Amino acid sequence: MTTRQHDASVYEEIQTSERFRELRSRFRRWVFPMTVAFLAWYVLYVIMSGFARGFMGTKLFGNINVALVFGILQFVSTFLIAWGYSRHAARKLDPLADELRHEVEEKTAA
Amino acid sequence: MSHETLSTILFVFFVAGTLGITFWASRNTKTAADYYAGGRSFSGLQNGLAIGGDYMSAASFLGIAGIIALSGYDGFLYSIGFLVAWLVALLLVAELMRNSGKFTMADVLAFRMSPRPVRTAAGVSTIVVSIFYLLAQMVGAGALVGLLLGIHSEAGKIWTIIGVGLLMIVYVVFGGMKGTTWVQIVKAVLLMTGAALITLLVLGKFGFNLSSLLGEAAEKSGKGQALLEPGLKYGTEAQGIAGKIDLISLGLALVLGTAGLPHILIRFYTVPTSREARKSVQWGIGIIGVFYLLTLVLGFGAAALVGGKAITEQDKAGNTAAPQLAEAIGREIFGEVGGTILLAVIAAVAFATILAVVAGLTLASSSSFAHDLYAHVFKRGTATERQEVVVARISAFVIGAVAIGLSIFAQSLNVAFLVALAFAVAASGNLPAILFSLFWKRFNTAGAVSAIYGGLITSVLLVVFSPVVSGAPTAMFPEVDFHWFPLSNPGIVSIPVGFLAGYLGTTLSKEFNASKYAEIEVRSLTGLGAEQATEH
Repeated sequence: MTTRQHDASVYEEIQTSERFRELRSRFRRWVFPMTVAFLAWYVLYVIMSGFARGFMGTKLFGNINVALVFGILQFVSTFLIAWGYSRHAARKLDPLADELRHEVEEKTAA
Repeated sequence: MSHETLSTILFVFFVAGTLGITFWASRNTKTAADYYAGGRSFSGLQNGLAIGGDYMSAASFLGIAGIIALSGYDGFLYSIGFLVAWLVALLLVAELMRNSGKFTMADVLAFRMSPRPVRTAAGVSTIVVSIFYLLAQMVGAGALVGLLLGIHSEAGKIWTIIGVGLLMIVYVVFGGMKGTTWVQIVKAVLLMTGAALITLLVLGKFGFNLSSLLGEAAEKSGKGQALLEPGLKYGTEAQGIAGKIDLISLGLALVLGTAGLPHILIRFYTVPTSREARKSVQWGIGIIGVFYLLTLVLGFGAAALVGGKAITEQDKAGNTAAPQLAEAIGREIFGEVGGTILLAVIAAVAFATILAVVAGLTLASSSSFAHDLYAHVFKRGTATERQEVVVARISAFVIGAVAIGLSIFAQSLNVAFLVALAFAVAASGNLPAILFSLFWKRFNTAGAVSAIYGGLITSVLLVVFSPVVSGAPTAMFPEVDFHWFPLSNPGIVSIPVGFLAGYLGTTLSKEFNASKYAEIEVRSLTGLGAEQATEH
């Protein structure tokens, strides 16, 4: 199967359509704030590792200190964001993207 | 039988198996899409494993385990940057790139720009980043063979570098993306299995009580509780404020670099749809995340069971900590023979790790040379697919040969900093160009070219004049001193420079193509017009 080519006008028409704007905003409203959040959370962790060593070294239980828990939480947040994104994408993005794509592909195939 | 012999035998099995796969892949590689992108027919899980295999280098396996064993917590800090970075790839890059590109990173950048200047810039950046990374891996392989197989002669190191180089050339020239991907999948499975096995044995020894493992590690390392806290390696109190800023600079390059590494980016093209690309990054995050949690146990386990003194006696940087741990735990649980077997297994896995990573790097750089520079810059898009693939194979051979030559030349120098430099260039040059291309309507040719060269040149220059190249006992050239930049990691300066250069280049140029922006935006989000998988 070869890749279908479409006229430039097809893309411009979709870009200005209501449903595409909705798709784009559903995508951006989720990924942009989340990117800012996880980067801030990560940078906070790195800064604390450099400048708040006393606090990071505080023992919580046994030999487990704040630094280790904070580090593990970075893993947990990464896994949760990855999982949350796939849920969001499957529910809110994929159906709309498929709908937009299929419409054009059917029109072109006809 | 000595562990060296057993290691060699296991490694020969790995090589024979992967060469068999390469031969099979070469018979199934007919079109350009087969060669560059494995026919786009890998599943999300397969590509996720390959992502792990491509990403988890010997530096992150032996290196991070070693840093944790000797400097404790700081090694963990490194691996967290490597992991969180994948969220940038997942949320902002992987799917959009899969939908809008074809074979290389430059496909996305050149989509709505003037192709020749943008492809030249992206091709140069791809080749520079990949060669930096390649050199660090191959010089590391030369050093590793001495440590693991007891070959300490100069000739032994050189032959190892040549051997690793030749194998990687064979994988890439004959197997293309298909062969390389399978080598990476096999390696990922072996590495995860090996690391999980040692981790279980170590945890079992401590009754699955992490706290008592940590306590023992702190005691036996000779560093005490400081081992469990940040600050033994990066931004030590002795380095003062510059050291702490350096730590943040490193952290930024790690978290932003991954999504700009060309050999990682081309992995997103090997799956049929953007949805599979998403799935593959999710598998990748799972595999890489679990792996770094395992290295935490391996590193502290080595500190506890081998001890800081015994590790530094073998290698000052701690690269043998994981293999030494394998031997120690094996001997303790299964006796002398068990120790020998586990050490041999981990040593063989380490070599498999190096091979899979260097093959990925050679593929990325030769693909970019053939597809970007040869086909689109020199031939202005008139080359046939057949010619392109022939050139890609020849350039894989040439790049491999150049990498062998450079690595032999550099083998006595300390080039470990090249990995961090590759991340810095990727974060400062490639990432701004990719993100602006995908998300910023106004972005144009001048912007893309300025971002890539601005980020690339700034990072390289700052590193040349940093303490990792001259003016420090651990520098690449310790006898001379021409450094003036205080940080070892340029990211904190070069990343903003790259983004700013992209912004200024764009706004100072009038060029803007609205219809092409409509195309990339619609295509990247809906997959309309995206490259399809080849059917066999």
